[in-house]
Amino acid sequence: MKTPENLKYAKTDEWVKLDGNVATVGISDYAQDQLSDIVYVEFNKDPGDMVNKVDTLATIESVKAAGDVNSPISGKVIEVNEALVDHPELLNNDPYEKAWMLKVEVSNLTEVDLLMSASDYEKYCEERD
Amino acid sequence: MYIPHTPSEREEMLRVVGKKSLEDFFTNIPEEFRFPDLDLPEPVTEMEVEEQFKDLASANFACDELVCFLGAGVYNHYVPAAVDMLLRRGDFFTAYTPYQPEISQGTLQGIFEFQSLIANLTGMDVSNASHYDGATAAGEACLSAYHHFRGKRPKIILSGAVHPHYRETIHTYLCGFDDIDILEAGLVEDSLYPQKLAEIVDDQTALVLVQYPDFLGRVHNFSDLGKVVHEHGALLAVSANPIALGLLSPPSEFGADFVVGEGQPLGIPMNFGGPYLGFFATRDELIRKISGRLVGETVDSQERRGYVLTLTAREQHIRREKATSNICTNQGLMALAATIYLSLLGKGGLREVAELCYHKAHYAAQQISQIPGYKLDDKSVFFNEFIVQCPKDPLQINEYLLDEGVLGGLPLSNFYPEYQDQMLIAVTEKNSKESIDLLCELLKEAAND
Repeated sequence: MKTPENLKYAKTDEWVKLDGNVATVGISDYAQDQLSDIVYVEFNKDPGDMVNKVDTLATIESVKAAGDVNSPISGKVIEVNEALVDHPELLNNDPYEKAWMLKVEVSNLTEVDLLMSASDYEKYCEERD
Repeated sequence: MYIPHTPSEREEMLRVVGKKSLEDFFTNIPEEFRFPDLDLPEPVTEMEVEEQFKDLASANFACDELVCFLGAGVYNHYVPAAVDMLLRRGDFFTAYTPYQPEISQGTLQGIFEFQSLIANLTGMDVSNASHYDGATAAGEACLSAYHHFRGKRPKIILSGAVHPHYRETIHTYLCGFDDIDILEAGLVEDSLYPQKLAEIVDDQTALVLVQYPDFLGRVHNFSDLGKVVHEHGALLAVSANPIALGLLSPPSEFGADFVVGEGQPLGIPMNFGGPYLGFFATRDELIRKISGRLVGETVDSQERRGYVLTLTAREQHIRREKATSNICTNQGLMALAATIYLSLLGKGGLREVAELCYHKAHYAAQQISQIPGYKLDDKSVFFNEFIVQCPKDPLQINEYLLDEGVLGGLPLSNFYPEYQDQMLIAVTEKNSKESIDLLCELLKEAAND
């Protein structure tokens, strides 16, 4: 399981990469592995929408389950990765690069600080296995 | 009544919930209504009950005993004997929509064939396994459109020429959504319809629903409306008569995003309150937003053909609160009736039925227009149903007709007060030339009565 050092992680298995005040959000390698083959992605937010922490950003369906992607931060959506709609399998193959999901202009940077570090997230995943 | 609990068990349960007696559960019902004295007749035997019900039933007229010119959403088509014969096979007749679907390959195959036929008939990519009736199918189209735009487009526009019961059902269906704004477009005179409808479509519109042929029997080309709807990014739903589709261009040619309708004309007898059959077809891109079941064909590990429930499980069983609709059942037996009906008739047969309806209706319209006092709108294009302006109240005319064993058309003022003295007459392949001539004779007499 990959858990890149430079990212922050939420308890609901999303990752956040901060660049200035723009956060890129995706789902972790652990999450995609748990879901198994992902067959469908639907975004619940469009660019321009405001989101609060824990709002549903997107819905993912795999051959064995369906789950929501919850927002780890609050802010304004500025971009969604539409490529995932046609190629949901990217989430399985490359969850940290090609399968980024949304970019959000963060309104409260302390929310990012409150997320887990890579090592904390690894421990958190081990506890659940 | 047999209640399988002993008095001591009941006392224990009452103790647990903190009540003294069973009556304590009903204290919020005013006492005088709690255990009212029912003014019931003396008990009678089964034999006597049957007699009484037969007496009541004989007060009804069955359409088989009458000459029927009543339509308005339900039509008197011939049902081949084979439909009922096959439908009553125990394998089909007793089986509810399967909860363990893959074990019921026959049922799934039946649904799959139904879906294929409906997709073909409507010209759409995909059909679901069916709904209760045409009105609920129209309601489901509204829900699908609303969810497709994730609630961001609040407006749903209903043409005034959509069946009044369908519109009422849609209001009921959507009454829990505070943010949905249902706009009733009202009736528009034929020459300005559907252009007038197109003018009220805007960027807040999720869906425009029209009927084809419409409730007044008129047939319109919705191509221009479809273009305007799509220019505004909205969706178009068409509620269609499936027999008419045997002759008319499929709504897919107007760019319809949903084609729904009442499947009763396809081999299902006319019943007050059903069971009827709603069909629902759409484009591939909207497949994730549809409700109900969808059966797919696949192969198993040994490459044998098999049928499975596709999509439904995740949408409705795992994520109930996020589903477009929680109607997961279908109208299995009626869908099978339609499937048998369509396969008995075939493409050519369906077209023949549609042509018979069309030509007989046009003969009837032409004959009626010759009767002094009766007028027809000769500019409207119609299929098998048309409006007649009568010389007096259609209720009086219908009484006169019924005395002679003829069931007249629908008095339109029931639904549209502005249509005084107008009657909606439906003609099907079951109406012989003789019966149409009889209708004309009686209409003439009724006018002078």
